[in-house]
Amino acid sequence: MEKFDVIIAGAGLAGLAAAWTLAGEGIEVVVLERGDYPGSKNVSGGRLYLNPVRDLFPGLWEEAPLERAIVREGATLMARNRSFTFHYTGSELRAEKPQSYSVLRSKFDRWLSERVEERGAMLLPKSLVSDVIRENGKIAGVIAGGDELRADVVIACDGVLSLIPEKAGLRSPGRAHDNAVGVKEIIRLDPSVINDRFNIGDSEGAAHLFAGDITKGLFGGGFLYTNRDSVSLGLVVSIEDIAKEEAAGDVPGLFEAFKARPEIEPLIRGGKTVEYGAHVIPEGGYRALSRLYGDGILVAGDSAGFALNLGFTVRGMEYAMASGHYAARTVIEAKKAGRYDAATLAVYQKLLEESFVLHDFKTFQDTPRVLSNPHLFGHYPELMGNLLRDLYTVPAGPKSSIFTTLRRHLTLSQLWTILKDAREVTKI
Amino acid sequence: MSDLKAKLGLNVFKPLSAPHIKIKAGMERDPRLKAAVRGCPAGLYSVNEAGEFVLTIDGCLECGTCRIACGTEVLEWGYPEGGAGIQYRFG
Repeated sequence: MEKFDVIIAGAGLAGLAAAWTLAGEGIEVVVLERGDYPGSKNVSGGRLYLNPVRDLFPGLWEEAPLERAIVREGATLMARNRSFTFHYTGSELRAEKPQSYSVLRSKFDRWLSERVEERGAMLLPKSLVSDVIRENGKIAGVIAGGDELRADVVIACDGVLSLIPEKAGLRSPGRAHDNAVGVKEIIRLDPSVINDRFNIGDSEGAAHLFAGDITKGLFGGGFLYTNRDSVSLGLVVSIEDIAKEEAAGDVPGLFEAFKARPEIEPLIRGGKTVEYGAHVIPEGGYRALSRLYGDGILVAGDSAGFALNLGFTVRGMEYAMASGHYAARTVIEAKKAGRYDAATLAVYQKLLEESFVLHDFKTFQDTPRVLSNPHLFGHYPELMGNLLRDLYTVPAGPKSSIFTTLRRHLTLSQLWTILKDAREVTKI
Repeated sequence: MSDLKAKLGLNVFKPLSAPHIKIKAGMERDPRLKAAVRGCPAGLYSVNEAGEFVLTIDGCLECGTCRIACGTEVLEWGYPEGGAGIQYRFG
């Protein structure tokens, strides 16, 4: 029977970030990963915002295998037969230290795991944690591949399904209401084709979000991120909604219809799909978070529920890395005290509250509810599309005045609906 | 459906020693499984001629949607043993 200072379950971004910080302090840490290599079980949309985590991992970023620095943002409201798009770019996005990059997890996590091993952490791939070991009411280790592994503390970084915290009694199974399913294709394209299609230079990237008819009125949306020589094209749909709404069809069908849209097809034309992935995404925000600590256990990353959809920005990876870092800092303090009970590990909650992580989750605690307004996925895209159609159309006969056209769509009852929804917007 | 099969064929899968997700015995007609038929990104859930839900595990992306959508009363749900199942090369 082996005993370590710390066992980390899961070599995703939370687990590797925790291991990086712990190994840097000379703490004996083992990272268990069920895949062949770190990143082999991970799927992200693929965008990392660096500003919040840059300084938590000094010296890590210079050589990191990031794809493209995002210098161009876009969003499209998709009506059934038309759409409305805006683009945003600015000198701030082309700053010397760009704020965000597209990322491919299998490459990035694997690279990060090598840096973690260099610092002295032990990585055990092909090791599935099947249960926790409980002793005197505290988590004393895990069962992995049939072996008992013991440690002073376990950091659960086992991803969105959060099976280890569930076994440890920290949470109940995830609810359909709080989770979405994301599917995505990696579509290979020549880098020069990507540059031309998305109006970007070498190593520059574009990010684009889509909402509306592509999810048939269900909560969710599409995304497109440019990588070096591929694009990540994906669709996200609420699991609760897809379970309820028979008329929407199935997830693979929605994704194929999205790809075939005239707004999307030219962007991926001639590209070759090289991988099809899927993953559950936490969407519940602050109210759906797991308990973050217990006797002998801490929870970080998606396993804790650390992902936030803010409409214009969709974030998870930096919360994973930061929560892993603060879990490690908690363990460093606990080791000094020689105690790993819940009262000692409670400092983790405090560190997260002082950091951007729980600040953001509290600030945006009502956002998931407001953004789930079905008007955003049907009514408003159609309204916007119809309004633009009539403004741009030149008929055979005389054309209505602009004001008449506006009033045709923005009726009193329409304005009343907008006003009611706008009141909710004050909460996001 | 054949398009989906072709897409799944692009992925790297390592063989499983046994299915890691199963419909629990006696639950084959449970209406909660309808959510997995629509929600599974790999289209692995279907209804057979007898009106029972059927799960074919080959091609599973280990995303977790069915566990969330249907719950553990109807599904016996686990990840594959270490080193088996999908191995994402891009992720």
